[in-house]
Amino acid sequence: MSLLVLAEHDNAALKPVTQHTVTAARKIGEKADAPEIHLLVMGHRADSVAAAAARIEGVTKVILADAVELGSQTAEVLTAQVLLQVQAEKYSHVLAPATTYGKNLSPRVAAKLDVQQISGIIDVLSPTTFVRPIYAGNALATVESVANAIIVLTVLSTGFDSSRITETSVPIEPAKELAKETAGVRLVGRQLASSDRIELTAARVVVSGGRGLQKAENFRLLEALATKLNAAVGASRAAVDAGFVPNDYQVGQTGKIVAPELYIAVGISGAIQHLAGMRDSKVIVAINKDPDAPIFQVADYGLVGDALEILPRLTAQL
Amino acid sequence: MKLLVPVKRVVDFTVKVRVKPDGSGVDLDNVKMSMNPFDEIAVEEAIRLKERGVASEVIVVSLGSAACQETLRTALAMGADRAILVETDAELEPLAVAKLLKQIVEKEAPQLVILGKQAIDDDSNQTGQMLAALLDWPQGTFASKLDIAAGKATITREIDGGLETLEFPLPAVITTDLRLNEPRYTTLPNIIKAKKRPLDTFAAGDLQTEIAPRLKTQKVEAPQPRKPGIRVNSVEELVTKLREEAKVI
Repeated sequence: MSLLVLAEHDNAALKPVTQHTVTAARKIGEKADAPEIHLLVMGHRADSVAAAAARIEGVTKVILADAVELGSQTAEVLTAQVLLQVQAEKYSHVLAPATTYGKNLSPRVAAKLDVQQISGIIDVLSPTTFVRPIYAGNALATVESVANAIIVLTVLSTGFDSSRITETSVPIEPAKELAKETAGVRLVGRQLASSDRIELTAARVVVSGGRGLQKAENFRLLEALATKLNAAVGASRAAVDAGFVPNDYQVGQTGKIVAPELYIAVGISGAIQHLAGMRDSKVIVAINKDPDAPIFQVADYGLVGDALEILPRLTAQL
Repeated sequence: MKLLVPVKRVVDFTVKVRVKPDGSGVDLDNVKMSMNPFDEIAVEEAIRLKERGVASEVIVVSLGSAACQETLRTALAMGADRAILVETDAELEPLAVAKLLKQIVEKEAPQLVILGKQAIDDDSNQTGQMLAALLDWPQGTFASKLDIAAGKATITREIDGGLETLEFPLPAVITTDLRLNEPRYTTLPNIIKAKKRPLDTFAAGDLQTEIAPRLKTQKVEAPQPRKPGIRVNSVEELVTKLREEAKVI
């Protein structure tokens, strides 16, 4: 039986999380009998996505389901497409990235298949046993699927390296059947962050701001530091709630989970929920006025002081 | 229009849980329990829909031990009309919860089921989507804005890249995200009024649904602790450390 990976993309380009998800599939495959890994691309005018997907190391073939009705990537029609694929070929596992895309889609697929999904895995111990964080990452559960059924997983990209893009391409075949939108769902529109910003989940360095920045305008100081470091910009929930930055900046238990080489937390107190989103960063720096802020307990380097004063000086010295 | 809001009793969000030394799970003895924060937001949204005249009745449901009555009473004190407890001491996985909720939905016929997007204990983020699948209803997850008019829901969702707006017909399932609303506090008069509102209990077994676990938790461990860090005294020192010691810049 093969492994099915659901590719994440925006019809124009593949998202890097897909490559991390393929790595998780490869890890499962290594512990099984080296099954095929199929990558399912569902969208509209997504040829370039399929072409990129076909070059990911470890992928055996790409299935491209391309239709107007799949272009909006809404959960109901994509679920129907995944089910068609699962009926067309035999799969032991279905994997999706643990992004809002995968989190929205995957459980709907799992329930239709009558299986209990395992969300947000960070490690594979065997084809049926996985590790996942619970309680905001304060505990790690080793979970085994004991049902004799297809296993549906979402994958936290922080747990797996990225499978590289190779020079060679594997075959791309069209989906045998295309799903139709029958739920009456209409995509009205999207308001997306500009694509020239470095993606939080893919960045080597992340600079993150919290309520300690006091005003929305002060995020400019953070952006200047981020530019110098070629870093992505993140934020705590407090900063988003206060309207300093849009929701897609949020790092935390219910926002984005990141594990960059360097995470600089500026004016962030370090609530449990924020730590859940960044505690696996390789190096953590905390800059905060309050010497007792919990963030200092996870920081490798802590600098007590006024963020508004420190930020420009730090930027200047880099 | 009836609204159904499932609520879960979870460890309070301020609690930093400890893992039991024998690896069997998390230590919940004497730990403060509360309504899952996302479910509070769901209850609040339902009540606001009732206050706006869009909904006529808000029913809350919880699945678990008798202690869940506390959580249901809190929801009633916020303004829900009626509560249902599906009582069981068994471990319920999201698929099992979704199947039990489907039975309740078929009995109560709500036009909208509003759930929290994830429970902060298990962090699975599945139940709403699964329920929508079992009912074959549209799903609007991670909602930060919800409007209901003429039998349709328009929802703005928080997604990784920003925001997305969807429109779909009712009946439907919605899951709430943080910024949908700020839940009200329960006042003492409302807590007292809530005691008179109906809270019906029945056993999970009465719902004739297959709910045995499909997963086995082999062990629960604490994450690797980080090495203790140091305080630096100046920006200069920080930059030097990052360059020469950590070698990350």
